[in-house]
Amino acid sequence: MSERVREAYVIERIKFGLLSPQEIRKMAKVNVIRSEIYEADGSPVMGGLRDPHFGAIEPGERCPVCGNTREECPGHFGRIELARPVILPHLGGVIHSVLQATCRRCGKLRLPNDRIAYLQRIYVRLKDKWPTLAEIMVKTVVKEASAVKECPHCGELQFEVKYTRPIFFNEVRPEGEVRLSPAEIRDRLERVPNEHALLLGIDPEKARPEWMVLTVLPVPPLSVRPSITLETGLRAEDDLTHALAEIVRQNDKLKSLLSASAPEGMVEDTWITLQHVISSYLDNELPNTYQLSHRGRRPLKTLAQRLKGKEGRFRGNLSGKRVNFSARTVISPDPYISVNEVGVPKDVAMTLTVQMVVTPYNIEEARKFVENGPYKWPGAVLLYKAKTDRKIDLRYQKNYKQLAEQLEPGDIIERHLMDGDIVLFNRQPTLHRMSIMGHVVKVMPGKTFRINLLVCPPYNADFDGDEMNLHVLRLEEAQSEARELLLVEKNILTPRYGGPIIGGRQDYISGAYILTIKTELYTEEEASRLLARAGAPVELPEPAILRPRPLWTGKQLVSLFFPPDLDFVGKSKVNTGALKCDNENCLNDSYIVVRGGKLLAGVLDKNAIGAEQPNNLLHIIALEYGESKARELLDTFFRMFIRALELKGLTIAYQNIEIGEEARREIDRLVQEARKEVEELIKRYEEGSLEPIPGRTLEESLELMIIERLQRLRSSAGEVAIKSLDPFSDVFIMAKTGARGSDVNITQMASMLGQQIVRGKRLTRGFRTRTLSHFPEGDKSPEARGFIKGNFRDGLRPTEMFFHAVAGREGLIDTAVKTSQSGYMQRRLINALQDLAVSYDGTVRDSWGNVIQLKYGEDGVDPSRTYHGKAVDIDRIISKVKARRAMVSE
Amino acid sequence: MSEERSPCERSSGVRLAKKVLPKSIYDEMMQKLRAADITSPRECSEVAEEVVRRYVQSMAEPGEPVGTVAAQSIGEPGTQMTLRTFHYAGLMEFDVTLGLPRLIEIVDAKREPSTPIMEIYLDEEHRYSEEKAREVARKIEYTTLEKVMSSIEYTLGEREIVIRLDPEMLEDKGVRAEDVLDVISKGNIGEAKLEGHVIRLTLSRELLPEESLYDFGAYKAAETKLRKLYLKGIKGINRTSIRVAEEKVVEGKVVREYFIITEGSNLAEVLEVEGVDHTRTITNNVFEIMEVLGIEAARNAIIEEIMHVLQDAGLDVDIRHVMLVADVITWNGTIRQIGRLGVAGEKPSALARAAFEVTVNQLYEAAARGEEESLRGVTESIIAGLPPRVGTGQVVVSVEIRRGGGGGSGANR
Repeated sequence: MSERVREAYVIERIKFGLLSPQEIRKMAKVNVIRSEIYEADGSPVMGGLRDPHFGAIEPGERCPVCGNTREECPGHFGRIELARPVILPHLGGVIHSVLQATCRRCGKLRLPNDRIAYLQRIYVRLKDKWPTLAEIMVKTVVKEASAVKECPHCGELQFEVKYTRPIFFNEVRPEGEVRLSPAEIRDRLERVPNEHALLLGIDPEKARPEWMVLTVLPVPPLSVRPSITLETGLRAEDDLTHALAEIVRQNDKLKSLLSASAPEGMVEDTWITLQHVISSYLDNELPNTYQLSHRGRRPLKTLAQRLKGKEGRFRGNLSGKRVNFSARTVISPDPYISVNEVGVPKDVAMTLTVQMVVTPYNIEEARKFVENGPYKWPGAVLLYKAKTDRKIDLRYQKNYKQLAEQLEPGDIIERHLMDGDIVLFNRQPTLHRMSIMGHVVKVMPGKTFRINLLVCPPYNADFDGDEMNLHVLRLEEAQSEARELLLVEKNILTPRYGGPIIGGRQDYISGAYILTIKTELYTEEEASRLLARAGAPVELPEPAILRPRPLWTGKQLVSLFFPPDLDFVGKSKVNTGALKCDNENCLNDSYIVVRGGKLLAGVLDKNAIGAEQPNNLLHIIALEYGESKARELLDTFFRMFIRALELKGLTIAYQNIEIGEEARREIDRLVQEARKEVEELIKRYEEGSLEPIPGRTLEESLELMIIERLQRLRSSAGEVAIKSLDPFSDVFIMAKTGARGSDVNITQMASMLGQQIVRGKRLTRGFRTRTLSHFPEGDKSPEARGFIKGNFRDGLRPTEMFFHAVAGREGLIDTAVKTSQSGYMQRRLINALQDLAVSYDGTVRDSWGNVIQLKYGEDGVDPSRTYHGKAVDIDRIISKVKARRAMVSE
Repeated sequence: MSEERSPCERSSGVRLAKKVLPKSIYDEMMQKLRAADITSPRECSEVAEEVVRRYVQSMAEPGEPVGTVAAQSIGEPGTQMTLRTFHYAGLMEFDVTLGLPRLIEIVDAKREPSTPIMEIYLDEEHRYSEEKAREVARKIEYTTLEKVMSSIEYTLGEREIVIRLDPEMLEDKGVRAEDVLDVISKGNIGEAKLEGHVIRLTLSRELLPEESLYDFGAYKAAETKLRKLYLKGIKGINRTSIRVAEEKVVEGKVVREYFIITEGSNLAEVLEVEGVDHTRTITNNVFEIMEVLGIEAARNAIIEEIMHVLQDAGLDVDIRHVMLVADVITWNGTIRQIGRLGVAGEKPSALARAAFEVTVNQLYEAAARGEEESLRGVTESIIAGLPPRVGTGQVVVSVEIRRGGGGGSGANR
């Protein structure tokens, strides 16, 4: 809207209340008396629901009430004078409690005067300080007063009033139940004194009890219920207009019945119908109420339906708003751009714009943009001349050059998005704050957004068709805030567990391993290529090996990028089994030692550079050397890892998972053994000699034992297979370094899939007493109940394949159910906690100033700045001091 | 006890540290200094100053929207959790609800967990012997006639019911046949005689009037009543099992500490049983903890439960987030649900409530009450198009605008 902001209206407070009949009449500009909408000639009926006094909505139309056009006319209310009063169905509960607690004759609260005075004193104090308690107090007052059977003020005998939702009230009199008409209810409510209403939780200033029974119905302006013209030229009215027309019809009918002094019963029926129609106009999903519908088909969307639910006014338009200056497209990877950047397609960059105020300092630049016009990047699409207060849309101009020359300080242009601009980038579901981060724009050819692979973990993104959204920040204030707080590098550390959420995955990890293992040495050319890929201005150090030719180790190359005083020790991911290392002097190269910025021992793998690994190298660097240093590493030496893979190669081959004859026989033997044991269990079960697990039935016990045995079989069969495979094959490198896959996956490929489980049990369902018709009835053997001896290498037998699919489907269903459940839980958590923030005094408070915690997290520490939850790593500090001592003494 | 302060403790850095650092960090530092053999005041000071510097640097900044961060940190990994009920600690006796369903249960503030469980620790006298632990377990386990009998028989038209007791079960539950007879005799059911392990019971006329002597339903009702006949134990504790808590070697002998794990929970009564260590015994029923031990204990229990669920699922979530959630739940002295019927429903702002759930009713009620919306919370601010008062929105910068001077963002509110 630029500088020409009409006027800054800031909402300060909103008062809730009921409209009084007087107020409704005062604001109504139309008294609706006719149910027809258009005259025969197509003009709106005066006194109908499209009366022009409802406000101007057609282009060029002048409002007969305020004289404005449709842009300026706010719209005006009308009214329907109801022939008989009608209850507001949603307030039935409140009306009921008032009827129960006040006298049916004098309208006063059924409590003695002194008691009332006492309660009022408490209530006034409670209401300010503890509104929730005041609410509870109202409930007890109602209960106390309802119990009184004789009015202490006038002595009238009281009867119970029964409420049938939503609109019927019956009084239980000695002679029987009598339905109270809305008119009578209104009379009673009118008699309730203001002070007494207050004690019933009703503020009489804003909502007199009798206003809960309508005598006149406000009709919203046309802008609330616009009609649309179909292609056929027919006019279709809004649902609300239809509902209102029905109200007018029923009201007319009731009026004419009354004036014809029709029999009581007929009046009564029509009155109730009017009640129903008005109820449905307010809320078309009320219980025990006729739904209004389009010729008996689709139910009308009336007032409540507009507000309710996810797509309703509140959640759909007020809590979540649609925005301009945003873009969405498919994402694809680009390892050569910085993690801080996002590659933006030129088309997008030429559509999204940023405001630029022309000053003496940037006028030359601005001229260039205008000269380029809207179709040549980097250009401008709009020009606002300050002097003449005129907007020029450059799309409809040809004389760019001339306009550029006329540019002067104070003008404002809307220029294309350019390199270096900051934007917000978002991937749904937006589960945590790292799902929206600030990126620096880099305009690129192509049609997709490009992101660095290292930011995939926080967004949980991959490139199988994922799309992401981009939002341009248009105010300087917002832009600088994004640069300081939202930029990717500011979000390397997650507050969830105090560790880096950004980092390597998959190939980065196997690449780091390949690069840094002892067995790989690099010639000058290779080393240069690696460093060239990192793109950092570093010099090749002295080679580790001089003869027969100079060779460098990967560790040397990696070390070039560390801060010169970096100290770090930690275990590699491969530090298991045969490669176990417990201290720095271990030869297995699985204990990472960085001294004085040099990687002395240990390979880099998931534990050193992986995403979501607290206390890894990246974490320490981000914490102690700053986020920008960490980002620098992400943008430089991580690229070397990929290059290392390109040099050395990494793949997966059939041979990697092919096991020898001996291993096959061993696995067969294990299967036979387990099968025999299971048969034995079944036999004992059938004989009745099986000892059940306490608290379980015999059958449950058998099943549990069989499952346990078969799971043991799978793991031992897996071990056999893994032992017989080459531990230095690429598959193992991937599994061991944490790049991809695990021993389980290798077992599944090379050995067996094992027992399939559905709902914690072996497969049971399918046919009546068996899983498939291939098996004898009641067969409890492993094969018949979902045990899979096959593996992915040899393939599965048909029954096995079926069982695997059954268990696989359970997983899919689980995921589907889980996402909805956890999504709702998160919505509730957010709703309950969103107002809490740390105050300047270190307390956690909500927006009303209530103290929730005296010190955030009991120590005031921000988890994202911790070492995996610990505020200070005292060991590191001590060893630093000790190292300094050693240096001094030397 | 006035301990002489070491030179290290007197150094300026350490004195500063004592003032600034939380006790746990300070203690850890001192202990580690000692372990590392750093004693000179200069080096102590050096370490302490660095620790203080790092601590202060790690503090949360004012405005940090810790609520939202906590909610996200707990909600985000929710999708990675399991949906199923698992067997407890590898043993097959108990099912325990864990994962997402349990987490939802906790934030829902359900009065009863779907699988209530207690861990009952024992006092010095009972904890080292399995036999003594079993003794306590017998006192606790709710035992009915059904649990100790092997069969119950009757013939239509005859008044007599024959109950066969199971000697093994009697032994296991620590009930004598005579005790059973006693309970039946006192139970106003009829005349009972004990023959070995068989109880012959002649039903009373109140229970089985003459006219329903051939009414199968009447017999069935009597049987049900008998089956549910209370013998001993605590209501709610359906099953008990003895586990080893800890095994250590003292003077060459293996000493095992036993504890009782139960299906079902009744903290108030269990704590009163003799032999129970009331300082360590715990239940997963948070409401019971609140009623018996108070709201602070309930807060801790909520933290423990949530952390347990998360850790069991292998999810890494900082405890500070969980503490904040627990504090919100227990803040007003009762356990409030995270949701419409609790925290979210009690917000002072009608707009915030309307934007959450049951929109229409919230608005009507706000109208009847004549509520006033002050637009302080996050949702309300968004609705009204105002910057929410968290984070950078918490700060209001006023710039004095002088003639010729630069402008700047003005005060918002």
